Amino acid sequence: MLREPLGVLGISLVLLVVLGAVFADFLASADPSKISPRNRFSSPGFEHLAGTDQLGRDLFSRVLHGGQIALAVALGSTAVSLLIGMVLGLIAGYGPRWLDNLLILVFDAMKSFPTVMLALALVTLFGPSLTAVVVVVILVNVPGYARIIRTQTIALKSAEYVTAAQSMGASTARVLRVHILPNVIGPLLILASMDIPVVIAIEAGMSFLGLGVRPPTPSWGAILNDGFANIRESYWIVVAGGIPIILTTLGFTFLGETLRDVFDPRLKGR
Amino acid sequence: MSVLSVNGLTVSFTTDGGTLTALRDVSFDIPDQRIVGVVGESGCGKSTLINAILGLLADNGRIDAGSVLFQNDRELTRLGDSDMRALRGQRISTVFQDPMGALNPVLSVGHQMINVQYRSGRSKAEKIARAVEMLRKVRIPDADTALSRYPHQFSGGMKQRIAIAMALMMEPALLIADEPTTALDATLEVATIELLKELQRDIGCSVLFISHHLGVIAELCDEVIVMYAGEVVERGTTRQVFNDPRHPYTFRLLDCDPARQHQRVRHLPTIPGEIPDLRRRPEGCIFAARCHRVHYACMRTPPVTEVGNGHAARCWLAGNPETVKVTA
Amino acid sequence: MSGAPVLEVDGVEVTFPVNRPLLRPFGRPHSIKGVAGVSFEVKRGETFALVGESGSGKTTLARAINGLQPVSAGSVTFEGQRIDGLGRAEMKLHRRRMAMMFQDPIGSLSPRQTVGELVTEAFRIHGSEGRDMRAETARLLSLVGLPLDFADRYPHQLSGGQARRVGVARAIAFNPVLVVADEPTAGLDVSVQGEVLNLLNDLRERLGLAMVIITHNLHVVRHVADRMAVMYLGRFVETGKTEAIFSEPSHPYTAALLSANPEPDPDKARDRISLPAEVPSLLARPSGCEFHTRCPWAREICRSTPPPASERAGRVLTCHFPLGPGEHPPERIGL
Repeated sequence: MLREPLGVLGISLVLLVVLGAVFADFLASADPSKISPRNRFSSPGFEHLAGTDQLGRDLFSRVLHGGQIALAVALGSTAVSLLIGMVLGLIAGYGPRWLDNLLILVFDAMKSFPTVMLALALVTLFGPSLTAVVVVVILVNVPGYARIIRTQTIALKSAEYVTAAQSMGASTARVLRVHILPNVIGPLLILASMDIPVVIAIEAGMSFLGLGVRPPTPSWGAILNDGFANIRESYWIVVAGGIPIILTTLGFTFLGETLRDVFDPRLKGR
Repeated sequence: MSVLSVNGLTVSFTTDGGTLTALRDVSFDIPDQRIVGVVGESGCGKSTLINAILGLLADNGRIDAGSVLFQNDRELTRLGDSDMRALRGQRISTVFQDPMGALNPVLSVGHQMINVQYRSGRSKAEKIARAVEMLRKVRIPDADTALSRYPHQFSGGMKQRIAIAMALMMEPALLIADEPTTALDATLEVATIELLKELQRDIGCSVLFISHHLGVIAELCDEVIVMYAGEVVERGTTRQVFNDPRHPYTFRLLDCDPARQHQRVRHLPTIPGEIPDLRRRPEGCIFAARCHRVHYACMRTPPVTEVGNGHAARCWLAGNPETVKVTA
Repeated sequence: MSGAPVLEVDGVEVTFPVNRPLLRPFGRPHSIKGVAGVSFEVKRGETFALVGESGSGKTTLARAINGLQPVSAGSVTFEGQRIDGLGRAEMKLHRRRMAMMFQDPIGSLSPRQTVGELVTEAFRIHGSEGRDMRAETARLLSLVGLPLDFADRYPHQLSGGQARRVGVARAIAFNPVLVVADEPTAGLDVSVQGEVLNLLNDLRERLGLAMVIITHNLHVVRHVADRMAVMYLGRFVETGKTEAIFSEPSHPYTAALLSANPEPDPDKARDRISLPAEVPSLLARPSGCEFHTRCPWAREICRSTPPPASERAGRVLTCHFPLGPGEHPPERIGL
């Protein structure tokens, strides 16, 4: 994997973002929420590496702490989606036919909601919050994940080694855990890693629209929104919000593509 | 005159673990109107041989040395892509183990049988007549109506016969048959072999017949090539090779076939060991590690020793049949 | 070879539902019989072979014995207890005493388990109280003649013969009394087939196993089986001692199968019984004797009346006109 230049770039970018988020408190030169009216719209410099925003908050510190939110939402909600999608997919694929049909109906119904509509509907229910973002991401991701697992489970259900395990008296749980899951999870992990940038974009997008994280909590989307509102006064706020989003999504995309090539060499160069 | 003449063919593949020599110094002739069988176990290079002849080696494979001469005038290893395509399916055709590899599931049998003749210059009516004629020859019932049916409407045995009919439609000079009967039941297998023999006589083509089934080879083929780990270890007429094997591998392989033991035996003979790693070919004789007659001379690669009219084996003991047959 | 049979199969039928197009509700049956009433028994230390071409129902029968396929009529008795129709939990107790081997040597091994995990899977399923897994792995690998360092390999790193050995080790892990092996030599090179058959023969003797071997390869049957049954369209057409059937097949189908096995001898005169046409569909079983559509000896009565099963010197046969010694068909009929 380290032989792929894109993979190395992807890993480096992801590491950069992760380290920045993990050591945010240590690296940040100031409190990300501290308002300082005297320092409004300071341009980037020694004191404020990325400048300050309309309330005089240090943008560099806000970006670092925003990374924590972005990664927590992305990784957390992806992990939960994976888990739910995996379980539902295994049930649909291995369980009785009627249950499969029912679950497929549910997946299709969920998939047919446009993301934005879904987000708006949930925000009216929960109010703008991190929870709303996470629930949106889960609802968007689960049907796709479950379908992938379901299809592969159906294909493997009649594999000889599965029949062999059944003939030895293995329980359904064991068959699923030992013989099916390890052989179907690979493609899903790759897909999920390529979905992380999408999730980050959803979080940023919802926060940008004011449907996500509540101020003053720093979020890249919220920073971008601040910059957008004050684009006449300063350009650096938009830059501070945009650059991390671009770098993170690029990083995870490269990483995902490299993972796919490594795990499935047949797709290489296609 | 020979239809195909392979000389010193050496083919290697670039793999992650190094260069893999899949064929080394392979030489044999397919004479006119003869059926030549290739016998060998997994890893012997049968598939590589077919692909090398057809110019269909994978991207990481290359021909290092040797020549493949078709009908004494075309050197297949240097033929361009379009010339090769013109040859494949017309002058050299193929039948594989799975007939569905040759049949397109969404096109009717007739459609495909007419398509095969696109270089023939025949009229549509002639093409249809020819297709029906071929289906009759391979004993498809109701040949006229069969043309409008689709592959899945035929049984496995019939599909394979249709694939054979398609392969022989253009009366090729050479038919390459790669385990065409392996997937069939025993009763169908023998019927298909008999059919193949009959068609070969009818059309007057040569056949390169690849099989791991010694009984099928013995029954169908005029001549045999025995391959082991990418090398031809013995060749000759079927009688020469089966009745008087001169390479220890041939001898042991024949011995292993349970069909040769007419009485129930306590222990069936086997050849212990595995084929060598072709990325690290051992020095000397390729079979030495598993051979019951191995001796110091085997540290050097044995020459191909001619022991009779067209009968040759790559073994130091080839001229000494009694020694070969002594089991350890 | 004495005592009560380990396995008794009595009149077993297995039916499959058929999906019918809605508009064609008449004429064709709602279900087909993959296995249509077969009976046999296997004793300790004995090998019984089920022989037949594809679609004869031999694999379905094996699955029915193991409870992977429900039995619709008849009974399966294992070690004196009826096991057909048992629930999963009750069946589990019997499954540790009854091992199955499947056709594909590599495909029947879970691709992401190591050989060590694979051979000890039975202990993980049925409990491993007081067992040392490493010692068990070593014991099983040495029983099937594989070096211990194979324990860390994955199935794709094995040759067909090695994978088959792992399959055998897996099957005998829990000291079963019965092994059901579906095409144990399928996909193996000739030089390796003997190894696997010798191994199975050895283990049967050493461990006193009863074995059921399912195969289409008659040459294999001759060397491993004590008794055999020839299956056609889900029924036994001939059952008896292997040696006797080989030396004197009585059912025309058996005779045809035996003659359809090319021998590696170019000088051998081919005196072959060619079977016309192909195996009929289970959806449209022929009338009378179900083999009459392909039988070179078929007469009028064969088309109308099913032959009764007759027994003669330990041989059970369903044919109106059993063959005498060395009898040949009245005329050769091609494909």
